[in-house]
Amino acid sequence: MDPVSTTAASLEVSGLAFAYPDGHQALFGVDFTIGRGERVALLGPNGAGKTTLVLHLNGILGGGAGAVTVAGLPVDKRHMATVRQKVGIVFQDPDDQLFMPTVREDVAFGPAAAGLKGAALEERVRHALDRVGMGDFADRPPHHLSFGQRRRVAVATVLAMEPEILVLDEPSSNLDPASRRELADILRSLDVTVLMVTHDLPYALELCPRSLILSDGVIAADGPTADLLSDEELMRAHRLELPFGFDPRVTKLTKKDG
Amino acid sequence: MGAGHAHRLYRHGESPVHTLPPHTKLAAAFLFVLVVVSTPREAMWAFGAYAVLLAAVAERARVPAGFLLRRLLIEVPFVAFAVLLPFVAEGARVHVLGLSLSVEGLWGAWNVLAKGTLGVAASVLLAATTELRQLLLGLERLKLPPLLVQIASFMLRYGDVITDEMRRMRIARASRGFEARGVRHWGVLAKSAGALFIRSYERGERVHLAMVSRGYAGSMPVIEEATASPAQWRLALALPCSALVVCLSGWTL
Repeated sequence: MDPVSTTAASLEVSGLAFAYPDGHQALFGVDFTIGRGERVALLGPNGAGKTTLVLHLNGILGGGAGAVTVAGLPVDKRHMATVRQKVGIVFQDPDDQLFMPTVREDVAFGPAAAGLKGAALEERVRHALDRVGMGDFADRPPHHLSFGQRRRVAVATVLAMEPEILVLDEPSSNLDPASRRELADILRSLDVTVLMVTHDLPYALELCPRSLILSDGVIAADGPTADLLSDEELMRAHRLELPFGFDPRVTKLTKKDG
Repeated sequence: MGAGHAHRLYRHGESPVHTLPPHTKLAAAFLFVLVVVSTPREAMWAFGAYAVLLAAVAERARVPAGFLLRRLLIEVPFVAFAVLLPFVAEGARVHVLGLSLSVEGLWGAWNVLAKGTLGVAASVLLAATTELRQLLLGLERLKLPPLLVQIASFMLRYGDVITDEMRRMRIARASRGFEARGVRHWGVLAKSAGALFIRSYERGERVHLAMVSRGYAGSMPVIEEATASPAQWRLALALPCSALVVCLSGWTL
């Protein structure tokens, strides 16, 4: 996982276009590259094609024009199993993500599907749960956990697969401020590449030095998060609105994390 | 939902019956029921012996009699028709307290009641000493088709999620002044049921997506291996074996 030792970027998307079978075109040529260890936010209004893009990253959707490459591997039929191990997607609703009767089994699902067994599997599960601070909840059924805890377990289920890149779909939705901060601390502590799909702009600014704006199926802007959020015209043009009283220029000065 | 941390049927404990591997208990309960139903109904004493056997298991499992008897009530609606049998069956009749009852019907009612009650009691004991999750592992281990076990385990996982959704829909209806009173409101309830179905169906699609994203390719990976030693099998099978002895003597005597 050393960022300097390999040259391939974590994620490369080039010329990606996609239309749903009903004719609705969601993506019109998306291009971007995310380097190893970067934390990038993908911003965009509802209906911009964010979810469609995410489902291309591990090959659930495909067949349109363009290409996606994960750590040098093209996303296609031949590499599907490896790609799905390398791209860890955390879905928005943890109840969709956690489908096994206990937390332990759920976290074990991915690695076990990849063939891991016995003590190695147990160790992988324990490690993943410890990384999100949920080690004591291994034997609990997911529906007995709080929403924030379920979100953290959902992150662990993906971490257990030791992904190259972690893709989070609206990670802060439905979280109370404390759970939100806890999740931010966890995400900052991980040494993986992160792509965070969100319209929670302060959260993007807090966690991601770089942002992409996806609007009407194309990448409309790519740059440092604080610069993008300070560009009022750009923000207005893409229906992105900062919460009342939030000024990214002020926050930038007091921000601790780089 | 405020549900407890285990199913209501389960009774937490550390007894020898609790610690038996789930598939041995499943096999034992199933064989016991088979033996019970193949006992001739005229051998009334045999059913008493079966009840004693079950009582002994309950004693070992430290399941109190009251707990067991209360849960047996679930049987009531199913055996209600057994009570009717003596009145409607044909054949020779006897007179009890001024009522004319069919002899054949009385035997039929006894047969249904005795066998049903013993079967339910065995199941209640099994459920009281085995967690639902363990039961599923046991079924998997007994080579039940994996698809069925998967369906059951999803029911276990999503039962609460769906009841919660149902509760939210009911609250949403009530908050807008709706109260189901009589036939005229069935349309609304039916539409809610339809909406719930669509929502669950869509959730199913999202769950499948999440599974595929983590490498699901049609079969569940084996995560926990349950194994049973010969001694554990012997302990579990002691129940159906002693029942078999009773049954055989019921046929011969």
